[in-house]
Amino acid sequence: MEDKFIDIEGVEMVFHTKKGVFHALREIDLKVAKGEFITLIGHSGCGKSTLLNLIAGLLKPTDGVLLCANREIAGPSPERSVVFQNHSLLPWLTCYENIYLGVERVFGAAETKAQLKERTLAALALVGLTAAEAKRPHEISGGMKQRVGIARALAMEPKVLLMDEPFGALDALTRAHLQDELLKIVAATKSTVVMVTHDVDEAVLLSDRIVMMTNGPAATIGEIVEVQLERPRDRVALASDARYMEYRTAVLEFLYRKQAHPAKAA
Amino acid sequence: MNAMLKPDSAEPVVAALTPEAKPARRPRRPLAANSTARARAQVSATALKIIAPLMGAALLVLVWQIITVKNSSFPTPAATLEEAVKLFSDPFYRNSPNDQGIGWNLLASLQRVGVGFGLAALVGIPLGFLIGRVQFVSAMFSPIISLLKPVSPLAWLPIGLLVFKSANPAAIWSIFICSIWPMIINTAIGVQRVPQDYMNVARVLNLSEWKILTKILLPSALPFVLTGVRLSIGTAWLVIVAAEMLTGGVGIGFWVWDEWNNLNVPHIIIAIGAIGLVGLLLEQALVALARAFTYEQVSN
Repeated sequence: MEDKFIDIEGVEMVFHTKKGVFHALREIDLKVAKGEFITLIGHSGCGKSTLLNLIAGLLKPTDGVLLCANREIAGPSPERSVVFQNHSLLPWLTCYENIYLGVERVFGAAETKAQLKERTLAALALVGLTAAEAKRPHEISGGMKQRVGIARALAMEPKVLLMDEPFGALDALTRAHLQDELLKIVAATKSTVVMVTHDVDEAVLLSDRIVMMTNGPAATIGEIVEVQLERPRDRVALASDARYMEYRTAVLEFLYRKQAHPAKAA
Repeated sequence: MNAMLKPDSAEPVVAALTPEAKPARRPRRPLAANSTARARAQVSATALKIIAPLMGAALLVLVWQIITVKNSSFPTPAATLEEAVKLFSDPFYRNSPNDQGIGWNLLASLQRVGVGFGLAALVGIPLGFLIGRVQFVSAMFSPIISLLKPVSPLAWLPIGLLVFKSANPAAIWSIFICSIWPMIINTAIGVQRVPQDYMNVARVLNLSEWKILTKILLPSALPFVLTGVRLSIGTAWLVIVAAEMLTGGVGIGFWVWDEWNNLNVPHIIIAIGAIGLVGLLLEQALVALARAFTYEQVSN
């Protein structure tokens, strides 16, 4: 049971749009162990976000089954909290209130107001944003917004943390900083993480396994690279590590040789 | 959305219109010349903001003056101004029900607009939320709204008179009818346009319908609702004058009609100015309100 905490079997995804039928994903089979860090990588349009949304329950598969902890994923749930690509914080609420909204929903029935407050503050502290508690999203930087998004997701103590290109819109330095923070947080909380990315270094640095997807339409899982680098990982030390280079080359090889970028998506 | 509300988008146009710009010689210009150019641009900006409107007003007065030269029944600007000073020096007198100060008349009209508009907001905004949120309700009401929206609110006045058997509620009824459409429609659009990202957050957090309404739909749709409110108030203020001309009683519309019967043309012109001013103030107040409640949307 431990090695198939998330169990995806024979998932097909077909969208019926105005332009016609679009076959996004085919024959997706994937098992994720508890506490594992998985990244989904592939060219744009390969359906990696679709797969993440399926796990989140925001989409329903056309065919196949998705299980989480042996129960079918029937819809979105705070158990599988999502860190959205564009942070999706509510602009009329402060950072504290944005996080509290989720905390209240998950723990409100069982805990006192003081406990809920404590949880919210703990989540803010976890991402180092205690000082920004009373600020609204437009008053803080992009990196800080994304950290609040992560704090909101983590505060609900999810079984699975789903991240859709969480650092995609950030500059390289902020991104590196947040990756390091994420590594620490995940090590501390032992979260199961599924993350969509298009950054090869990010994938190798963070993942236990890198799931590489073929080009769409009808994309599927092409190869899976198991990253056997011991944790905690240090980005500077890894930069000259031969194994790191090997994993990196393997992913690049897949993306740019075997699945050369489709011209239309350029 | 913020950008749309900002009035200073006219600035670059000012620069383009100034004749000082000589592109051929510009590269050789020393730094000092640049600062004088900037000063000149500033002067032309003030010219556009202050001098141009004043010139427009002067032109209007001039045309008015020319008309009065040809037409002796039309009062001159000076005579009208004199009359206005007299009128506004005592706006709140009461001689008889049909002879009251212009202040009372304006207040009576504003009160009708307030009541009719308030009732319309009470019905229209919740209905707009329902229509925006529930597709079935939208399908139910959309054809009716499309059919009734283009009807002049004055056409509803006889129905009001029939039902309420009195002039005042009938006028309020017309205001209610004309104010309700923009509020329903804008609220519904606002609710339908709540970004999908926010709705995804609501789904992942598994928020209750009440929390979705208060924490997501309401704040997100508020700018649209306020646009509806602004359009409604504008229309209501247009309609009240016409409605009061038909119903009589105290009110600026009736006052205009009464002064026409007295052939007091200066008072009619003053009333037009006063109606315009009140309408402008209502509009400005609501624009300020809308700006205070507009949030930046999600972006990368």
